[in-house]
Amino acid sequence: MLRKKIQASKKLTQVMSDYYHELDHASNSSEKKVAWCSSVGPAEILRSLDFKVFFPENHSAMLGSSRMATELIPYANAIGYSPEICSYLTADIGAYLKKVTPLTKAYPDIKSIPKPDVLVFNTNQCREVQDWFDWYANEYNVPVVGISTPRTIGEVTKEHITFISQQMENLVEVLEKISKISFDIKKLKAVLSLSRECSELWKKVLNTATNKPSPLTFFDGTIHMGPAVVLRGTNQAVDYYKTLLAELKDRVKNHIGAVENEKFRLYWEGMPIWGRLRHYSELFASLNACVVASTYCNSWIFSAFDETNPFNSMAKAYTKLFIVRSDEYKEKYLRKMAEFFSIDGIIFHDAKTCPHNTNSRYGMPQRLEQVIGIPNLIINGDLNDLRCLSDEQSRTSIEAFIEQLEQS
Amino acid sequence: MTNKIFVIGIDVGTSYIKSVIINNNKELISSFIKRTGTSIEISSKTALEEVINKGSLKKSSIKHIVATGYGKNKVTFADSYKTEISCHAKGAYYYFPKKNTIIDIGGQDTKVIKLDKEGKILRFKMNRKCAAGTGAFIEEIAYRLDIPLNELNTLALKSTSNTPLASFCTVFAKTEILTRIKEGEKVEDMIKSAFGSVIKRIIEMTKIEDSVVLTGGLIAHNSIIGDILKKELNTDILIPPHPQLIGAFGAALFALEKYEVKSQ
Repeated sequence: MLRKKIQASKKLTQVMSDYYHELDHASNSSEKKVAWCSSVGPAEILRSLDFKVFFPENHSAMLGSSRMATELIPYANAIGYSPEICSYLTADIGAYLKKVTPLTKAYPDIKSIPKPDVLVFNTNQCREVQDWFDWYANEYNVPVVGISTPRTIGEVTKEHITFISQQMENLVEVLEKISKISFDIKKLKAVLSLSRECSELWKKVLNTATNKPSPLTFFDGTIHMGPAVVLRGTNQAVDYYKTLLAELKDRVKNHIGAVENEKFRLYWEGMPIWGRLRHYSELFASLNACVVASTYCNSWIFSAFDETNPFNSMAKAYTKLFIVRSDEYKEKYLRKMAEFFSIDGIIFHDAKTCPHNTNSRYGMPQRLEQVIGIPNLIINGDLNDLRCLSDEQSRTSIEAFIEQLEQS
Repeated sequence: MTNKIFVIGIDVGTSYIKSVIINNNKELISSFIKRTGTSIEISSKTALEEVINKGSLKKSSIKHIVATGYGKNKVTFADSYKTEISCHAKGAYYYFPKKNTIIDIGGQDTKVIKLDKEGKILRFKMNRKCAAGTGAFIEEIAYRLDIPLNELNTLALKSTSNTPLASFCTVFAKTEILTRIKEGEKVEDMIKSAFGSVIKRIIEMTKIEDSVVLTGGLIAHNSIIGDILKKELNTDILIPPHPQLIGAFGAALFALEKYEVKSQ
């Protein structure tokens, strides 16, 4: 076996199953309200108001990993959503139009995605989430509210935080009316405390990859990040990451690497290619290369969360995200990560339909290589639309990149 | 040491399969080229048998085989495998051992490989998921104009004008060429423009520095590619002997190294 299987995966399967079944139950009964939230949106506010929270990006990633996305994207294209725009959006709308969901594949008793009572976005990651949610608001005839975050932020200033925390506070009144539950700051603080704990544990999980050999790969990370995305602010997520961390620490103690014969340590910058996770995981492992870390998995570390100052700290945490920052900040960040994880090479994924999470289009790889001297490779592909990917060309490029590293 | 050690390099390209035998003095003993066709398994066996026959050798005298190219993993009889990036770098550096940029224009992909003075790959770039800057572009144009591939170079060399194509895409470029010919432009000018278009796609892939070594099937049969590139880059254009065989030759050089390491 080229990539060692993580035992906690069984628990992960159960945690995710419980999460989707609770959502399904909420959707089919009137006991709880369902909120749809963008993946780095204000989930803590929603949980404090007892919403069951569904994350369409997670759903679309499932469309990608189940390789349903590419077939569904054209249906969204046909109603006016260009093949050039976010393939999370187009795959998800395509799935809605065709009345299919990967949830049914995974859990046959779940017949559809949960119906929203409200949709809540934050444009910190991209403007597309707003367009995406607007479409569903119209379809389901439910309100859509959100937070507009400035983009290409260098230093996160007091003004940024005030501007965003004010928008977050303004959401409360609207959400109280929908949930029919009064906002309780103590509850928000409790949720935030759990989110903070989840974030810290997730960070520790990812940081185990600083060890040589690394006990986990980026590909493991894309699977095991599930609870940090959809269940942050809950005990289940905290509990899960304690289990996962213990297993990884055990691997470190016993010098067990996720990839047998780890020889090269790589960093993945950009979106995963959801429909090819196994393909790339096996390819890198067969070349004795471990993709140890990524910006993508790191994006669910929210170190600024502070329950003593909930709104300001949420505003800060959700604005300090890599994706919303300036190129100057991003370059510094990548330099830091390359050093922290002892990286031999960086893979930049140029995702055709995701300009916001593609950092190879304005000369960054070339500038970075000049400064840190670490070689890089740009792979052309996409997060969900496999038509944008040439498997053969990517494979040759990756193999040649490893041969290039072998020369050094 | 006598020249009795023979190794093979096989380059399974998208359009052609190439095989070469070299001896332990790195001298080319024989070579073979044929269309890759639909079965790499059959083509690669033919390429193996033919190159051995042409070299008047026995199969048992071959000490190591390295396969390269997009179909390399289908060459089941190979002893080891290397990417075409490394093989072209190795082959080109053998003829021009200095800091170079290698441009290999293949049937469906183009590679730009930057080497340091020791022949190490500093970086490389392949064309994106589009064949506009490759041999396939020229093949398509020839097919649409109903002109044999081996006449394109002679025709293009007759052109005295410089009229670039506006279209990027292969399909649209074919339409543009036909339209412009109907409107009175000369066929030779349009063919030269098509070669120019391939060069433009390559120049935009990455910054090209130092002298350039051109390899691959397109340059092997179309010297005009070197002329246009020289004009565009204003740099030395170096063309090795048998440019179409450089990938296979590089693979054979790797095979020799592998054999020498093994026998130490």
